[in-house]
Amino acid sequence: MFKGVAASPGIAIGEAYVIQEKEIEISTEKIPEEKIQREIETFRRAISASKEQIDKIRQKTLEEMGEEKAQIFQAHMMILEDPSLVEAVEKKIKEEYITAENALYQVTEEYVNIFMQMEDEYLRERASDIKDVSARVMKNILGIQANTLADMDREVVIVAKDLTPSETAQIDKKKVLAFAADVGGRTSHMAIMARSLEKPAVLGLSKITANVKTGDRIIVDGNEGVVIVNPDEQVYEEYLNLKQKYMEYKEELKRLKEMAGITTDGCRVELSANIGTPEDVCGALQNGAEGIGLYRTEFLYMHRDEVPSEEEQFKAYREVAEKMQGKPVIIRTLDIGGDKKLPYLDMPEELNPFLGWRAIRMCLDRPEILKTQLKAILRASGYGSFKIMYPMVSSVEEIRKANGILEEAKEELRREGVSFDNKLQVGIMVEIPSAAVTADLLAKEVDFFSIGTNDLVQYTLAVDRMNAKLSHMYDPFHPAVLRLIKNVIDSSHDNGKWTGMCGEMAGDPLAAPILVGMGIDELSMSAASIPQVKRIIRSLSLEEAKGIVEKVFKMESSQEIRNYLKDVVGSILKRN
Amino acid sequence: MIVREVEVTNKAGLHMRPAAQIVQTAGKYDSQITLEKDCRKANAKSIMDVVAMGIKKGTVITIRAEGDDEKEAVDALVNLIMGNFDEE
Repeated sequence: MFKGVAASPGIAIGEAYVIQEKEIEISTEKIPEEKIQREIETFRRAISASKEQIDKIRQKTLEEMGEEKAQIFQAHMMILEDPSLVEAVEKKIKEEYITAENALYQVTEEYVNIFMQMEDEYLRERASDIKDVSARVMKNILGIQANTLADMDREVVIVAKDLTPSETAQIDKKKVLAFAADVGGRTSHMAIMARSLEKPAVLGLSKITANVKTGDRIIVDGNEGVVIVNPDEQVYEEYLNLKQKYMEYKEELKRLKEMAGITTDGCRVELSANIGTPEDVCGALQNGAEGIGLYRTEFLYMHRDEVPSEEEQFKAYREVAEKMQGKPVIIRTLDIGGDKKLPYLDMPEELNPFLGWRAIRMCLDRPEILKTQLKAILRASGYGSFKIMYPMVSSVEEIRKANGILEEAKEELRREGVSFDNKLQVGIMVEIPSAAVTADLLAKEVDFFSIGTNDLVQYTLAVDRMNAKLSHMYDPFHPAVLRLIKNVIDSSHDNGKWTGMCGEMAGDPLAAPILVGMGIDELSMSAASIPQVKRIIRSLSLEEAKGIVEKVFKMESSQEIRNYLKDVVGSILKRN
Repeated sequence: MIVREVEVTNKAGLHMRPAAQIVQTAGKYDSQITLEKDCRKANAKSIMDVVAMGIKKGTVITIRAEGDDEKEAVDALVNLIMGNFDEE
């Protein structure tokens, strides 16, 4: 049994599919004259096999994730079809009597070196595409099964060290039962993706890849953070049973979908979903989201070679607005930097990127980027109910500067004769302790706050949320964090404004009673978390919640608070 | 053989996407087509050669084509480059 981080709920039992980088051994032997032709044919066959594989991956990506995500594979295809590459390899085989894989390696290495020396960072990174394609062809030459994540032909549990965003883009979501990985925590990319796909995930398992083989039977319990490899019959039966129970439980939660988030004594808490792309709206509505509390716009800017145009952004925002049919949508302006970099923006290497040039800081230095985005949002605002939110705000001046750019954007649109929602609310993410502490000052500048707990917790506690060694210290229930949250909510209400929350904590069932008790107005979370949080809120009165807050604020440690809240939530869930 | 000079005026220069458009356009013609800048030469049908030239906005490049459809090929490429690759 392996213990890891319970990153996405649910139980899955199935066949493991281990994604492991395979060794490619390049033979540097000279080949005899009579085998040259055969070597060239091997190379050509490997090229066509690679083309077929990539075409398959491209098709699937196109169907599942759309044109934009599929473009990378178009580029891979062009490399395979590159006449200079093919000619150079064949020439090398013929003239130097070397193996196909060796010739290919030498030729692609030359290109990789040229690309690596280019000034443009985006093009420098394309060297990795060349390596990728070259590795695929070499595997085909040598008859090594390639890791084609998109062409799995049966349902599997993905086991990997880690998955990058572009690797996950390739995976056929319909074939994935669950995820298990060596690294990662609750807020890692994989975790967020698993939750949005509603697949169980256990991450941070350290050595799971070393202990599982493809084809092994594997159990992933995303509720408890447990992975079991090749279970005996008894354990297997036990988990089949648990899985069944969990599914029934989920069905029941689905029934809650049509009901509103409201306490037994009539206090409304709007329950919304976090999304990253227009496609996510569907899952949000399926789970009964009353709005979108956080639309992350970063994905529009990723995996491309320049800033998306106003028109392109407008189309995406309008799509979200139309799909939500008038329900409120909070759009967060570009939040890039930290662990997310855009090659084309020429972002400096930073010693401490999480405390660096990111989000609104970068946007205020590059106002044209922010203005283009604001214009696109404003244009789309006529198609639904939008609110704008600036990320990483730490001072009153930043809000004023950003609003200045917003005014310019509005003015330009007026001159262009474009109509927009002139009254749309403008708020900020509260995720930096300085903002939480000075919420009374900031409240006067905004219409609303939305507390981003992921960063607020790591900045307040000085704990890197990606550091597995510190994961036990990263705790939103720390008394300091709770006090900051309370201050933000109180300050907003004192000024006639409202406060929502869009970090992971918003979807944590344990947090629901105290957030309601502190007077939170809106909670935005992964769509899959909505039913359960709704169930807790609907079984509880505001008075009772206030009492729970009072008790919690007398407690000294997050452990004490957690233990108490586990009891409280446990008894609330037994009520109906 | 036809030789024409053209200035690259689109914002990104011969970046990945514009280079891909050049390769796709060149691929429609049978002629041998090369792009040249100073002493560097690229097969216009090779994505890696074209990108590796690292052509930026404002650079003048020479297009050279030889074959039955050389005129059409050069025209098509010049139009593509002068039209800024339909960048938005």
